Amino acid sequence: MAQTATKYIGSDVPRKEDPELITGQARYADDLTLPGMLHMVLVRSPHAHATVDNVDLSHALAVDGVVAAYSGADLADEWAGPLLMAWAVTPDIKNPPHWPLTKDKVRHQGDGVAVVIATSRAAAKDGADAVVVDYTPLSVVTDMEAALADGAPLVHDDAGTNASYTWKHSTGDADAAFASAPITIKERYVIQRAIPNAMEPRAILVQPNTAMGEYTMWSSTQIPHILKVAMVVATGIAESKLRVIAPKVGGGFGAKLQVYAEEALTLLVAKKLGQPVKWTEERSENYLATHHGRDQIQEMELAADAEGHITAYRVKIWANMGAYLQIITPGTPLLGAFVYCGCYGGDSYSLECTGVFTNTTPTDAYRGAGRPEATYAIERAMDALARKVGVSPVEIRRRNFHPSSDTSFSMPAGLTIDSGHYHEVLDQALELAGYDDLLADQKARRDRGDSKQLGIGFSTYLEMCGLAPSRILKALNYAAGGWEAATVRVSATGKVTVVAGTTPHGQSHATTFAQIVADDLGVPIDDVEVVTGDTQLAPLGMDTYGSRSLAIGGIAVHRAAEKVVAKARTIAAHELEVSEEDLDYEGGTFSVKGAPDQARTIPALAWSAWTAHALPDGMEPGLDSTAVYDAQNFVWPYGTHICAVEVDTDTGRVEVVKYVAVDDVGVQVNPQIVDGQVQGGVIQGIAEALFEEAVYDEHGTLMTGSMTNYEVPAASELPSLTIGRYTTASTTNEMGFKGVGETGTIASPPAVINAVIDALSVFGVTDVPRPASPENVWRTIQQARQAEGGQQ
Amino acid sequence: MIPAAFEYARAGSVDEAISLLGSNEDAKVIAGGHSLLPLMRLRFARPALVVDIDRLADLEYIRDGGDHIEIGALARMCDVAVDPLLRAESPLMAYTASVVGDPQVRHRATLGGCVAHGDPASDPPATLLALDATLVLRGPAGEREVASKDFFKGIFETDLGPQDILTSVRVPKTGSAGWSYQKFHRRAIDWAIVGVAALVHRDDGTVSSASVALTNMGAVPLRASAVESVLAGAAATAESVAAASEHAAEGTEPVSDTNASGEFRQHLARVLTRRALEEALAK
Amino acid sequence: MAHVSMTINGSTHEADIEPRTLLVYFIREQAGLTGTNVGCDTSTCGSCTVLVDGRSVKSCTMLALQADGRELTTIEGMAAEDGTLHALQKAFHENHGLQCGYCTPGMIMAADSLIREHEGDLTEAEVRLGLEGNLCRCTGYQNIVKSILAAAGEMR
Repeated sequence: MAQTATKYIGSDVPRKEDPELITGQARYADDLTLPGMLHMVLVRSPHAHATVDNVDLSHALAVDGVVAAYSGADLADEWAGPLLMAWAVTPDIKNPPHWPLTKDKVRHQGDGVAVVIATSRAAAKDGADAVVVDYTPLSVVTDMEAALADGAPLVHDDAGTNASYTWKHSTGDADAAFASAPITIKERYVIQRAIPNAMEPRAILVQPNTAMGEYTMWSSTQIPHILKVAMVVATGIAESKLRVIAPKVGGGFGAKLQVYAEEALTLLVAKKLGQPVKWTEERSENYLATHHGRDQIQEMELAADAEGHITAYRVKIWANMGAYLQIITPGTPLLGAFVYCGCYGGDSYSLECTGVFTNTTPTDAYRGAGRPEATYAIERAMDALARKVGVSPVEIRRRNFHPSSDTSFSMPAGLTIDSGHYHEVLDQALELAGYDDLLADQKARRDRGDSKQLGIGFSTYLEMCGLAPSRILKALNYAAGGWEAATVRVSATGKVTVVAGTTPHGQSHATTFAQIVADDLGVPIDDVEVVTGDTQLAPLGMDTYGSRSLAIGGIAVHRAAEKVVAKARTIAAHELEVSEEDLDYEGGTFSVKGAPDQARTIPALAWSAWTAHALPDGMEPGLDSTAVYDAQNFVWPYGTHICAVEVDTDTGRVEVVKYVAVDDVGVQVNPQIVDGQVQGGVIQGIAEALFEEAVYDEHGTLMTGSMTNYEVPAASELPSLTIGRYTTASTTNEMGFKGVGETGTIASPPAVINAVIDALSVFGVTDVPRPASPENVWRTIQQARQAEGGQQ
Repeated sequence: MIPAAFEYARAGSVDEAISLLGSNEDAKVIAGGHSLLPLMRLRFARPALVVDIDRLADLEYIRDGGDHIEIGALARMCDVAVDPLLRAESPLMAYTASVVGDPQVRHRATLGGCVAHGDPASDPPATLLALDATLVLRGPAGEREVASKDFFKGIFETDLGPQDILTSVRVPKTGSAGWSYQKFHRRAIDWAIVGVAALVHRDDGTVSSASVALTNMGAVPLRASAVESVLAGAAATAESVAAASEHAAEGTEPVSDTNASGEFRQHLARVLTRRALEEALAK
Repeated sequence: MAHVSMTINGSTHEADIEPRTLLVYFIREQAGLTGTNVGCDTSTCGSCTVLVDGRSVKSCTMLALQADGRELTTIEGMAAEDGTLHALQKAFHENHGLQCGYCTPGMIMAADSLIREHEGDLTEAEVRLGLEGNLCRCTGYQNIVKSILAAAGEMR
């Protein structure tokens, strides 16, 4: 069909998004105000587990400016349904209904008990302060193993257990492979709980039009389309009467891939009061009320032959769900369930995952969602296997890599990988890292007993992304499809509007999609505008998560543009009085083969299509087209990350002194944007490995309750990265796109932790808790020294 | 993020501030605001009256007092950090100010406000203690001078009475003494997990005297007196420093929190004391 | 209620406000300048950074009344009146120094103060330390640092 000239694809086009963001003109949800707008504040439980005995709103209603206040019981009869949970991973999953406000029992600190609505933000706060709630505290369970023990307090009494589900997947006969393997290893890893921390707290504004029964919601969300469906379920408002808009969204990282109680509450309250209502989250509130991520216990086993060639994988996971199942809480660990074998071979694979309720903030997707956990397990286990076999981390990986391939091939967990050149990428990373020099430095420090030891860690990760083929989602019991839609519209004057179903919160959709379409249609990039994030303007879409915007959404955009080109070709052939086959198409111009001066450009044809004066018989006027793309396979980025750390063995402080990331993310549309995604993701992963941890005390109180002690690191704590790239086109789609949004957070934590362990191997250390904080590292050294002393 | 409502009064003079404080028993002083506003924003503090002394220009100075430097209570942390006189005559004080908070915080936060707040994790108090600084307070009964060792009483508790204003801090000129402030924290912006201020006077290869003070090793900044006494008269060598530093945590009862256990803080106090003394001896 | 008046980006803004009004809310809600963002409630993230009399300040940690009579600059005041971008704005655009953009106004205001205090003479390490009070979750800071170093060269 159309031959795409790549004038823009592959070049560092400066971002179209930037001008309004760097001048302060961009509008995030909290920047919006409407006449008559009211403010809503939630009253949240200070207890992690308690019955709600009485809610007294009278003092709140007496506060100047307060116009209404409701308890959970007050609103209980007004909901059409509970908050949507879209992923019942097993038929017997325990999925207790999750109401926007609890009416009888709170199940985590921050669970919503009441709302207060007032004419100002300050008055609503004062009103919320004045609400008196009587609680009877109940026994609390925050730890998964304690939650599964006999006699544990039940988070949901009706469920009768804290085990929500157990999901299993296997290929081959892993148990038999383990029984006969000359080498086996069994490791236990604990992935700590993380708080996503998008810089923009959530905010919601609802404009009701009660006369028409119509509602417009602006929300800081990654998923306006899914949110709309969920709001229909919760409130009973007809889908045709609700418009959801994601304005500028200040980061998401999975935390805005959610349907939140506050969205349903703002909508319901605006409907009841007939006035616009805004809710804006505070950061400390975000730590209690916006979902958390990770929090897993993993048992990771490998079986191998005597040389360390892996034959089988056996994995058991316990995943902390928190107090409720939110939209994809139970499915989040399963997004990693197929990559516990990384990019390595083997014959059989067995995985079992149990979801566990606790009195903690619900967990759900956090950048990488399931795949960082899986990658951590396999990349740690590869180092453990290397130790057992007595070879280097590099050698053990080389022995197990899939052979390099430009075409697709099957992998142990039963799926099909699109393409990959694992050895070549490792070679490039070793070169960029100056591996031999690092080893020499490490040896010198070890020889002189330096108090600052150097460690080198590897992560040769594989990522499964581009979520997701709808048929595979069906097999996994996910409630919706994984397709994506786009419309390309060429106006009468030749300007192009791209309407896309995925919605951005920092990823640069506008620039990237404009690059694709400008190349497809041969128009200047400044003539292409991209519309996203509004269910009225872009009614078809499945939103943004799982590194899908380019690999799924970008293909839809490209196919819509191709359809436009096809129609334009028909018009051009008609106008030039030749057959379509006699036309060449390049750079947006159709020309007659052998007579290039007889030509038509896309803008000229758009004018023809608009005037409709002389279109071919039966052709509809207008030059626009919609495409919906449903992939047949995932895309599979991979790469090698090498991290060098310096560990101060006196204080336990870890400093990343070098970090090399070589990724194969398929064909790149904008390398500068790709680099930005890698940098941001890797740093977020380094933060997870070294700094961040959400900690609860025995009462279920979040001890890391604000940004002062939940340690999101700043520039002052972090390195610059060295980035390399290797490109193998994906075979999943015609553009060769893979994905890059999550690679960094998937790849980097094991590289960092493997490096810390390597540094501490002089003490005989083979494990360190995450995060590798100064105290955790110091304690690890102390314990190793004591163990050594004990042996002597 | 929105404080509870309060009355506000901007004082035109120290005396007016003192009398305003007397007018309401639930009054609080605000200057740069970096101690009080964070508490008020989360409604942990709900004063009925806020007395603003932020603009009392006659408290915003750094000047030579002969054997000491006098720092007005409203001197901003950023100005304390770069003041040429301080950097020349009492560099430990200047340096300590440079590691408080972040640049935006230092642009607003005042030395007086920081000290008056009495936060055990704050850096300047330990330095004032190591320097044997003097604090000048004014109240309804007039002005009084308090030694730094007598000023800090407990967590967020100082010798300031309800109507007292801290007006200045006098730090001695430290001449050729070696100095160091070692701050251990996970992020540069964070409060100290542990901090160690050290000032060492040398005399021909021996330590004639050393003062060592600890941040966040108890409810108030503490002098590591065991370290000081072991070191007094000892050889100015790495060995004697290492031996003395082993005493750094003696008698301390540091808190345990999400950043560090008390046990780890005690370990850090020993390591940081050694590093502080090594650095001070090298200066 | 108390009366307050200040100059923001060269224009006078005055209002009768509750004394508890934080400067950032005055800027956003009274002056209508929503480019200055709120990212935390603990003076940690730096999203609300503005210039007060030329120095970077976290506007969440100052009462609006404390800014009475002062000169403020926010992100909206950085470009020239004819729309020509400030060196920092230009550098952030050219070096992909932003993704979601939420921290960007605070980063630019903090950087402006930092660069002027160092008269444009900054190393990478100084820039990184100078940004200790500003958090970003998207970029990993690398391109922010690069942008600031590029702008510093131009502002020298």
